[in-house]
Amino acid sequence: MIHEQSIREILNSLDKKEYSCRELVDHFIARASDANASLNAFITDTYETARNEADHMDTLRSNGTAPSLAGIPIAHKDIFCTRGVKTTAGSLMLDNFVAPYSATVVEKLSAAGTISIGKTNMDEFAMGSSNENSHYGPVKNPWSEKVVPGGSSGGSAAAVAARLCVAATGTDTGGSIRQPASMCGITGIKPTYGRISRWGMIAYASSLDQAGPMTKSAEDAAILLNIMAGYDEKDSTSAEQPVPDYTKCLNEPLKGLKLGFCKEYFGDGLDPKIEIAIQTALRQFEAQGAEIIEISLPSSKHAIPAYYVIAPAEASANLSRYDGVRYGYRCETPVDLADLYKRSRSEGFGDEVKQRIIVGSFALSAGYYDAYYKKAQQIRRLIKNDFAQAFEQVDLIIGPTTPSTAFNLGEKTSDPISMYLQDIYTITSNLAGLPAGSFPVGMEAGLPFGLQIIGNYFDEGRILNLAHQFQLESDWHRLTPEATA
Amino acid sequence: MSRADWEVVIGLEIHTQLKTKSKIFSGSSTAFGAEPNVQASAVDLGLPGVLPVVNKEVYKKAVTFGLAVGADINRRSVFDRKNYFYPDSPKGYQITQLDLPIVENGQVTVELPSGGTKTINLTRAHLEEDAGKSLHENFHNQTGIDLNRAGTPLLEIVSEPEMYSSEEAVAYARYIHQLVTYLGVSDGEMSQGSLRCDANVSIRPVGTVELGTRTETKNVNSFKFLEQAIEYEIERQIQVLESGQTVRQETRLYDSDKGETRPMRSKETATDYRYFPEPDLLPVEIDDAYIEAIRREMPELSGAKSERFVTQYQLSQADAFSLAGNIPLADYFEEVVRSGRDAKLANNWIRVELLAQLNKDNISIENSPVTADQLGAIISKITDKSISGKIAKTVFEALWKGETNSADEYIEKQGLTQVSDSSSLAPLIDKIISENPKQAEQFRAGKTKLMGFFVGQVMKETQGKANPQQVNEILNEKLG
Repeated sequence: MIHEQSIREILNSLDKKEYSCRELVDHFIARASDANASLNAFITDTYETARNEADHMDTLRSNGTAPSLAGIPIAHKDIFCTRGVKTTAGSLMLDNFVAPYSATVVEKLSAAGTISIGKTNMDEFAMGSSNENSHYGPVKNPWSEKVVPGGSSGGSAAAVAARLCVAATGTDTGGSIRQPASMCGITGIKPTYGRISRWGMIAYASSLDQAGPMTKSAEDAAILLNIMAGYDEKDSTSAEQPVPDYTKCLNEPLKGLKLGFCKEYFGDGLDPKIEIAIQTALRQFEAQGAEIIEISLPSSKHAIPAYYVIAPAEASANLSRYDGVRYGYRCETPVDLADLYKRSRSEGFGDEVKQRIIVGSFALSAGYYDAYYKKAQQIRRLIKNDFAQAFEQVDLIIGPTTPSTAFNLGEKTSDPISMYLQDIYTITSNLAGLPAGSFPVGMEAGLPFGLQIIGNYFDEGRILNLAHQFQLESDWHRLTPEATA
Repeated sequence: MSRADWEVVIGLEIHTQLKTKSKIFSGSSTAFGAEPNVQASAVDLGLPGVLPVVNKEVYKKAVTFGLAVGADINRRSVFDRKNYFYPDSPKGYQITQLDLPIVENGQVTVELPSGGTKTINLTRAHLEEDAGKSLHENFHNQTGIDLNRAGTPLLEIVSEPEMYSSEEAVAYARYIHQLVTYLGVSDGEMSQGSLRCDANVSIRPVGTVELGTRTETKNVNSFKFLEQAIEYEIERQIQVLESGQTVRQETRLYDSDKGETRPMRSKETATDYRYFPEPDLLPVEIDDAYIEAIRREMPELSGAKSERFVTQYQLSQADAFSLAGNIPLADYFEEVVRSGRDAKLANNWIRVELLAQLNKDNISIENSPVTADQLGAIISKITDKSISGKIAKTVFEALWKGETNSADEYIEKQGLTQVSDSSSLAPLIDKIISENPKQAEQFRAGKTKLMGFFVGQVMKETQGKANPQQVNEILNEKLG
């Protein structure tokens, strides 16, 4: 089936003219339009422009000037600005916002010939771990409509898992690529902070936000990361570090590779089935020549409180621009400026967003700054130091992505702490700025879960290689909801 | 109690717009006067997903200023977000520098109009972005927003609170204005808002040390208004304190139409800006080589210029300091003396005649109706004794009024060349002596102060053109 093919296989098929770009795109459009009513993975579709682009790519293919990924159907998380297309960040606040420019990620993927068939649903302004915070309604997990797909990149994860597109873009501030990837049974990587430009990516927490690919396999992720990564003069925090060809990193033998087994990640709070699956994977890596070394990341336990100070603090400022003055939601008939601000923001933002703005404003306010924001930054430094020490001993760190498989819709909406604990294993790499990926390593009660690999700065290649080596020997990443249904 | 019982303490925050082609965080033009919002890009509008990128030119301007005031240049400085809601602030925060500004600890010494000099320490100078403008007219009870100015680079120069009169404050502000203009840090166009002052004013009983509660009068955009605003504020605070009340720490606005300051509406004054480091920008790293490169390119500064004027032109220390402290004036001076003209004479003419006229007509030296070349020609004519000092003033006035463009031509046309030729003066003097026998008699009898009378008669006859020295010599000879 076309939709089960890897990017490399699709490119081969296109080269061999087994099908055209147009046929390929139409195939995915048909799947997406069938499935979306139940999954709610897309906020906006761009089928018409996708078909036009597919025709254009067919022309380029026939005259030999096609770019490297010509015709590959993808989807963009609705946090990336796309010129001429509604870009909402999952919020009523931006329900009427048509971006006048495109994000660097969008530009690069488009220049490489990929074709976006739509904008995927997400937690409002990327704040959430279940996709239940979207103004456009929750996304359903393709593995079971009763459970959440994870968040905030839940729409992208669901779309890739249901094979509605070949791959999708996501963003990850505290786990928003890896956690939904784990819960939907796909591969996702959050690269090193600064590896991919944030230009045009709607900001949640600027010092933590990072874009990344969400794919069916590590190999597909490497192919997309090749396109997405790189310095961008429009983003001062993007890294002026050369981009390796990640696909060339994929066939390194594991012999001599030192894998860190972080003891703090196992034990209380972790589903024992997930622990067993990770242990099994570790044995497999060991069998392939890797060495397992126990390490400690003692400051990890402070990561969630630190994150829930820093991220809301930055968000409180990042979201100030949504004031009803220049674009976006504006309340009806404001009586004066204060009323315009208050009602536009009260009505335009959802509860979780408002809660985080309030928390963030509080953490930054006079008299509390030192106790909250400054302290959180100190914790952040401790977490970085923990990792720096660990990476003196090991090459990669292995752990779970999530404490459990996907939970039921509505199960945690009234319990924010339990919801925030979803990110307990993923948040530390955002705080440290380290690259981390998740790929599927098992199923429990019909739901997939992932294993997380954290690497040292700019070591995405090694993360992808380890995942790829695993995927060469296993089929977890090939399982689909359809095939198992 | 009276004014004399109170001591005034003033500190100034001067916002100067940096002279850059594009904005501090976007590529939009900073040109003044365009149609509203045509110079507002996605970044300036604060659209979702945009990011600031620092225009490196602003570092150069800030470092140039810092070096000029002998300040420390911080090798690492950090941008912060200052959070507040206002429609002309598109992001809901201003990017500025709080804890680690690019420039700290400078010092300037300025000349006071009433005589003497005053040294003022600069606490810091930091980079930040300007806001847009709210337009309240022509919008039928609504407000229009023009974001052309949003993101214009500013250098905020903060002084220590150590000026003790409006005279000192204005002299300091003028000095800073002149310095940033000369250095090319700012275009200095005050009518376009290129320099705006916030005046922090407090008063305390003479002889006490503790500072009184201050008020901050914001956005004063002319030196005249600055003086008026400070004076108003001093009188107001004296009245408040002498009536037994206390001065409220608050932000005030100067209303130039009414000549008064008044509190800003409270919603315009946020109390907690929730500053935190701007996560979209890396810290600014500056190395010694960068600073040295800027130092090498810098024009001569007033201290060095003053010393050079003493050695090169033999001016007195005081004269040299005064000229060098006013850079356009110093440039004018050097233009006048360029071809080896008499520097002391030029200095006197500039500082006495020219400045008096400029001050009287409120004209800046850059716009002087008498150019340096024209004044130079006058100086040459005085030095080669073609004209007397008195005639020179006539020529200067003619140039000032625009009656002529050339001193030489005017002297020629009006026949003002000094008569130094004894063959033409001698018969005239003979005639005057013979017409005034009584005075000649008295002179010869020893009443030598009548010399002035005879000189005056000669000058009258020659319409001032006679060389006074020569007239004296001939008279002494004839009457002796």
